[in-house]
Amino acid sequence: MPEQLIEVKHLKKYFDTKHGTLHAVDDVSFTIGQGETLGVVGESGCGKSTLGRMLVHLLDSTDGQIFFKGEDITRVKREKLSELRRKMQIIFQDPYSSLNPRMTVGQVLGEALKNAGTPREEMENRVFELMDTVGLARRYLDTYPHELDGGRRQRIGIGRALAMNPEFVVCDEPVSALDVSIQAQVLNLMLDLQEQRKLTYMFITHDLSVVKYISDHIMVMYLGQAVEKSAAKELFAHHYHPYTKALLSAVPVADVHHEKKRILLKGELTSPINPKPGCRFAARCLYATEECFRDNPVLTEVTPNHYVACHHVRDINEEL
Amino acid sequence: MEEKRENKDLVLDIQDLDIRYETDDGVCRAVNGVSLQLERGKTVGLVGETGAGKTTIALGIMGLIPNPPGRVAGGSIRFFGEDLLKKSAHQMQQIRGKKISMIFQDPMTALNPIDTVGDQIREVILLHEKGLSRAEAARKACEVLEMVGIPAERYEEYPHQFSGGMKQRIVIAIALACNPELLIADEPTTALDVTIQAQVLDKLNELKQNLGTSMIMITHDLGIVAEMCDQVAIVYAGELVEFGSVVDVFDDPAHPYTVGLFGSLPSVAEDKPRLTPIPGLMPDPMNLPEGCSFAPRCSQACEACRKNQVFAERTPGHFVRCHLHAAKGEA
Repeated sequence: MPEQLIEVKHLKKYFDTKHGTLHAVDDVSFTIGQGETLGVVGESGCGKSTLGRMLVHLLDSTDGQIFFKGEDITRVKREKLSELRRKMQIIFQDPYSSLNPRMTVGQVLGEALKNAGTPREEMENRVFELMDTVGLARRYLDTYPHELDGGRRQRIGIGRALAMNPEFVVCDEPVSALDVSIQAQVLNLMLDLQEQRKLTYMFITHDLSVVKYISDHIMVMYLGQAVEKSAAKELFAHHYHPYTKALLSAVPVADVHHEKKRILLKGELTSPINPKPGCRFAARCLYATEECFRDNPVLTEVTPNHYVACHHVRDINEEL
Repeated sequence: MEEKRENKDLVLDIQDLDIRYETDDGVCRAVNGVSLQLERGKTVGLVGETGAGKTTIALGIMGLIPNPPGRVAGGSIRFFGEDLLKKSAHQMQQIRGKKISMIFQDPMTALNPIDTVGDQIREVILLHEKGLSRAEAARKACEVLEMVGIPAERYEEYPHQFSGGMKQRIVIAIALACNPELLIADEPTTALDVTIQAQVLDKLNELKQNLGTSMIMITHDLGIVAEMCDQVAIVYAGELVEFGSVVDVFDDPAHPYTVGLFGSLPSVAEDKPRLTPIPGLMPDPMNLPEGCSFAPRCSQACEACRKNQVFAERTPGHFVRCHLHAAKGEA
């Protein structure tokens, strides 16, 4: 078991809205080991991006604790925060809007390196080094983001995050805006960098095949809560929560001989504003009973290191 | 490509379609010599990456290429034997929405935000089914709403009151309101979550089967092609590089680009220790290379590939645009 780099305990984020309190992230706990990747999967509005932003302090948490290398970083002062940000970085989904259109590649990376305390005389070399690392040809030094394609733009985003030489990187849908052949290039780059630099990733995505490819552990979220959590291989071999089952069965598989056993969910996501007591998934669940509408199930270990939040997990899975 | 078959069941027969965008910076060769046949009740998938020309082919069929700068520079598009390229603008208006409909990618922008969803469906019916009174058309609009799984009571609601998946079903309702012969779906589920995507694809399949509609499914997702399509055309730099039944193309992908696409794809069904991406990028359609347009990225490219290209039948009905892989067993 590697050392835990990140530990999150009962983290919550509520937003006050005109219509009531929106429970974006509601009591989520997990750990990420050094050099490992936690994949966070869920559909739009499940709170996965909010969770990522709280970890790097782009959003303050409402309640709960975040530990980085055993140190409580939930509430930190400004000076401490800039020190922390060197160790924790984030890569955003949309390389089109997360880069300043008026800055060249060299300026974007240079600014990040300057913040990391790189002396001016080393700057040019370090920018080139960084471009080599993320696979951007040196001739792009003076180009602007709009002149580059999505894949190269995302490489700038990755380079900017790596300028700080971080230990932990939150990747918020970094390949969702890219075509498959470019997506594969960027995913491979991220795996290479992880190996070389012993990086720890939290990889947020809605794409189950991507998360399977890149993660060591996976957490499935639904409406602000974790419904299932286990090692990546284990989750794809055995999934016990009714939502995980439906989610995995919904993914179209690029194989004409693949046997389809699709579980169609009824209805759509319910509102995260002032959620009713009970299981968040109950209204769409095939197996929901009275109990499900009354008590919110907690994550329980059903097999070693495999956690599921469902009252009926043992009734609906024969193997348990 | 092959001898002209007289086939009553041929809904669409595209031959050597060329579409150009003429701009101040040069000529963009968006679609180059595309030939495609679609039989009644069948679904063909157009797969390719951003900028490959998939949507331009669809807009060409619909007669919606913006002119200027766009122009259909050559070829024919026969719809039940009649060349759509020879129709007047007025005649095309009669066909669009009635005989050929299109579903666009983004349901959020395809609907009119200040009109109720029911009225938007009724509008299509009133335009194309002459002689129906407004009340009759409204009744039919309700039926169509129910058909896509939305209660008719929601007729008076506005698009913003619906979720993304429901909006896309309303767009499908508008497209199917007049029982078109051909439905073109341009990335119909790309903007949707996977469980909602499953609902919409299921609905689309069910309706297609009940109504006997032929369909062109434009997508970048090979998984959707495997589930929805009978045939598939792989589009690269405005050309079809491979065309055949889904079984042929998925079990025996021949063109190096198709093979590369499959290698780039992470899968939930199998374990891939490492993806094998295609190096490089798609060529600029303003400046296509001589010979095979994939040659600069192809690890197997030879002298002949840089000079010219072939489009040959590998096995019956399975066409490949490649010198090396046109015949099975070679290379």
